[in-house]
Amino acid sequence: MGAQLRVYRQKIKSAQTTKKITRAMELISASRIYKAQQRLAAANPYSRAITRAVSAVATFSNIDHPLTTERTQIRRAAVVIFTSDRGLAGAFSSNVLKEADQLTQLLKEQGKDVVYYLVGRKAVGFFSFRKRAAIKSWTGGTDLPVFTTAQELAEAVVEAFNLGYENGGVDEIHLVYNKFISMISQEPQVVRLLPLEIVEGVEAPSSNEVFPLYEFEPDVNKVLDALLPVYIESRIFNAMLQSAAAEHAARQKAMKSATENADKLIRNYTRLSNSARQSEITQQISEIVGGADALVDTSDKE
Amino acid sequence: MGEKTLRVDLVAADRAVWSGDAKMVIAKTVEGEIGLLPGHEPMLAILGSGEVRITLPTGESIKATADDGFLSVEHDVVTIVARAAQLA
Repeated sequence: MGAQLRVYRQKIKSAQTTKKITRAMELISASRIYKAQQRLAAANPYSRAITRAVSAVATFSNIDHPLTTERTQIRRAAVVIFTSDRGLAGAFSSNVLKEADQLTQLLKEQGKDVVYYLVGRKAVGFFSFRKRAAIKSWTGGTDLPVFTTAQELAEAVVEAFNLGYENGGVDEIHLVYNKFISMISQEPQVVRLLPLEIVEGVEAPSSNEVFPLYEFEPDVNKVLDALLPVYIESRIFNAMLQSAAAEHAARQKAMKSATENADKLIRNYTRLSNSARQSEITQQISEIVGGADALVDTSDKE
Repeated sequence: MGEKTLRVDLVAADRAVWSGDAKMVIAKTVEGEIGLLPGHEPMLAILGSGEVRITLPTGESIKATADDGFLSVEHDVVTIVARAAQLA
C-alpha cells in the first residue's frame, strides 16, 4: 500500500471516529432540549403567580420600595452573564459574551462603572484569560440549573444593590442570557433586573378585569418586602432555565453540522483514496508492461 | 347547583405541586392560622413555614408543606406559592 493511500485511510478513520462522537452528542442534546423545555414550562406557574402578585401589590400601593426606585445617579452597574459550562455548542457562549461587551461599552459611555457576576465555566474562562475581574461566579450545572443557585445569585445581587455605590455596591443590575426561541434559534437577551420595572413586562390586566382590592397580611410593606426578592429569584431562575434550554438547542445544532461536515470529509477522502489506489495500480501495470517490453527488446537483440 | 368551591393552585419554584377544587383551605401566615372559604375577600399574605390543609369537596383532606412563600386569594382562586412545597 502506498504512502499516500495510507494517509487517506487514516484521515477517513479519524473523521469516522469524530462523527461517532458528534452524532452521539447531537442525540443526547436533542433529548435534553425536550427536558429543559419541560422544566421551563414547569417553573412557569410559579413565576406567573409571583408576577401577578407583585403587580397586584404595585397597583394598589404607591409606596416606594428601595428595589423599585430609580436612583438619581447611577454610578456603578452590575452585569450578570449566563454562559454554558461546556463548549461544543457553536456560538452559544460567545454570543452572550459579545452582547455583554456591547452592554459594557454602552454603560461606560454613560459614565457608569461596570462589575460582573458570572455563571458558567465559559464566562469564567473568558474573563480569567483576559485578566478581567468578576465579583462572583457560579460554575457547574448550567445545563441543569437548580433553584438554589438562583437563590444564591439573587441574594448576592440584591445585597450589592442594597449597599449602593458609596458602600461598594451597585445602582443597577442587568442580566445577559440566551433566550430559547425555538430549536433552531436562540437569541442573546439583555434585561435590566434592578431597579425593577414592575409595570413593564407584566401582562396588563385586560380592561374588563379589575384587580380586586386586596387585603394584605401583615401589611403592604411587609408583603412587598417578602415578594420582591422572590420575584427577582424567579426572574433569575427563568433566565437560567432559558439559557439551559438554549444551550442544548445550540449544541444540538452545532453537533448536527459537525456530523454533516464529518460525512463530507469522509466522502472526499474516500474519493481521493480511491483515485490514489487507482493511480497506484495504473503505475504498477505500466511498470510491468514497461518491464516486459524491455525484456522482449533485449531478447530480440540476442 | 352545587355549592361554591375554591380553585386551589399549590406551586413550588420548579413545578406545580397540586391544583384542584377545594371546600376549604387552612394555612399558616406570619400572623397566625387562617381558614379560607369560598367568597373570601381578596388577600395577599406571607406564609409562615408550615402546613397547609386543603379540604376537598368530597370531604377528604390533603396536607402539604409550604415553606417560604405567600398566599393569594381572589375571585375564589387560591394560589399558594412557595420556594419549597410538597404534599405530605
